[in-house]
Amino acid sequence: MDDLRELYQEVILDHNRHPRNFSAMEGASAKAEGYNPLCGDQLTLYLKSEGDQIKDLSFQGSGCAISKASASLMTEALKGKSKQEALELFKKFHHMVTGSVGEEPDPSLGKLAVFAGVCEYPARVKCASLAWHTLKNALEGKGEVAKTEG
Amino acid sequence: MKSKQNLQLVRPALDIEAIRQDFPVLHQAIRGKPLVYLDNAASTQKPRAVIQAVKDFYEKDYSNIHRGVHTLSERATIAYESARNEVAHFLNAKSEKEIVFVRGATEAINLVSQSWGKKFLKAGDEVLISHMEHHANIVPWQLLREQIGIELKVIPITDQGELDLEAFEKLLSKKTKLLSLVHISNTLGTINPVKDCIKKAHALGIPVLIDGAQAVAHQSVDVQDLDADFYVFSSHKVFSPSGVGVLYAKEAILDSMPPYQGGGDMILTVSFEKTTYNEIPHKFEAGTPNIEGVIGLGHGIQYLKHLGLDKIKAYEEELLSKATLALKEIEGLQIIGEAKNKVSVISFVLKDIHPHDIGTLLDNEGVAVRTGHHCTMPLMKRLGLPATARASFAFYNTVEEIDALLRALEKAKKVFG
Repeated sequence: MDDLRELYQEVILDHNRHPRNFSAMEGASAKAEGYNPLCGDQLTLYLKSEGDQIKDLSFQGSGCAISKASASLMTEALKGKSKQEALELFKKFHHMVTGSVGEEPDPSLGKLAVFAGVCEYPARVKCASLAWHTLKNALEGKGEVAKTEG
Repeated sequence: MKSKQNLQLVRPALDIEAIRQDFPVLHQAIRGKPLVYLDNAASTQKPRAVIQAVKDFYEKDYSNIHRGVHTLSERATIAYESARNEVAHFLNAKSEKEIVFVRGATEAINLVSQSWGKKFLKAGDEVLISHMEHHANIVPWQLLREQIGIELKVIPITDQGELDLEAFEKLLSKKTKLLSLVHISNTLGTINPVKDCIKKAHALGIPVLIDGAQAVAHQSVDVQDLDADFYVFSSHKVFSPSGVGVLYAKEAILDSMPPYQGGGDMILTVSFEKTTYNEIPHKFEAGTPNIEGVIGLGHGIQYLKHLGLDKIKAYEEELLSKATLALKEIEGLQIIGEAKNKVSVISFVLKDIHPHDIGTLLDNEGVAVRTGHHCTMPLMKRLGLPATARASFAFYNTVEEIDALLRALEKAKKVFG
């Protein structure tokens, strides 16, 4: 069971059961859709920013525990960060989940380090990074797609 | 006592332990646990007989086919054409001319759509498929719809995962020009009453294509008895190499179809003014084919014949009923697809644990299952599910492996509390 706990840490299970910031956002300044055709994981990410600063984030959607917890923890981690800081964090997160086993996660990842175990499961990297790819689209303005309405 | 012994003699069962020795890949540990391979609906493992045949061909007889006058080319051609003969017998085709080798069941359907479909269908004609089709029997018809404006009609299914036969009959009309139907659902395991459906379609003069990708590994198929006009399957799903598929079509139909691709081997003469095509089946086999794959398929079929498809069917039915009963005992587990006639393919969902998490958790226990939409997205939508987990059994699986699956599922439940 220990090896499994490595991937499904209590924090991940908790955020899967009770995802934070799990709602549609009124007056979002950006919105993007994420879809993982392999898994069928699907999420909508909402952003409210002021100038360069991300004031608020929320998401909705369905998916596996890894993708849901990743989105939930991401929305918590990025509140108050600048866009640049968010993208930097994505780089570090991506490095962690695709990196080598046993490598210490960057300390600035904080709670997000619970996803370090994902690197042992290459098939699950997409689940862990879906929310982040969606964030990137939202920040780069690629996400304001009408198809998500309704 | 004596009569019991006699009974066993009359019906000797498969020696599963001996059979498992024929499959080298099965004997390994995955994440420290013995591999339990339950992803046979996605692809099947290869017996030594197939591996050896491919190796022998490379080491002793390799050459191109239908070309040279030299000895190796003759040997390669004979081996390739013997495999065609083997397939023809396997499906009980009238002649090996009715067997076309392609890359997979997917290409076979695309061939029919692009060659037969483009010649014989026109705007407004209807192609009838079902709600439980694999994408391979949906998208080729959508491509044709974009190209020539055919219409696609869909036979609904019941909540148990069976064809709605009443609706099927109502959907058959003067506008229906082809019925293209899956024999056995890769997601639900449902065995469709294809013989009956073919009969009903033929009564209205409608030709029928049967997608047998999931069928041929589980039961014997007789295309003459079914009276199928087209029947397709993939080699990799019958314990043989990937990259090879089979299109069976009645000789007169194949004769009437234009070539699918142009190139070498499918021609008799080529000049810049005019090219004459080779005879069937070669007319549909442009370019150098997957020679070693086809030869491997011939040996894979021989292996199945040697085991006996009837015995395989009986044993797999036993696995199916044992696994179904045991899985239903797991609290919170729901089997998706409960048709009366099923093969040993079991889709399920477990409480609110996402199938992908189940897949990873089972993999940790050495148990390989498929998770996701199984290339049947419209079916998933009909079922109201984003994905399922699917355990699919072959004749080399054991009752002990069902237990391993159950233990792994209980563990998954524990992790998710």
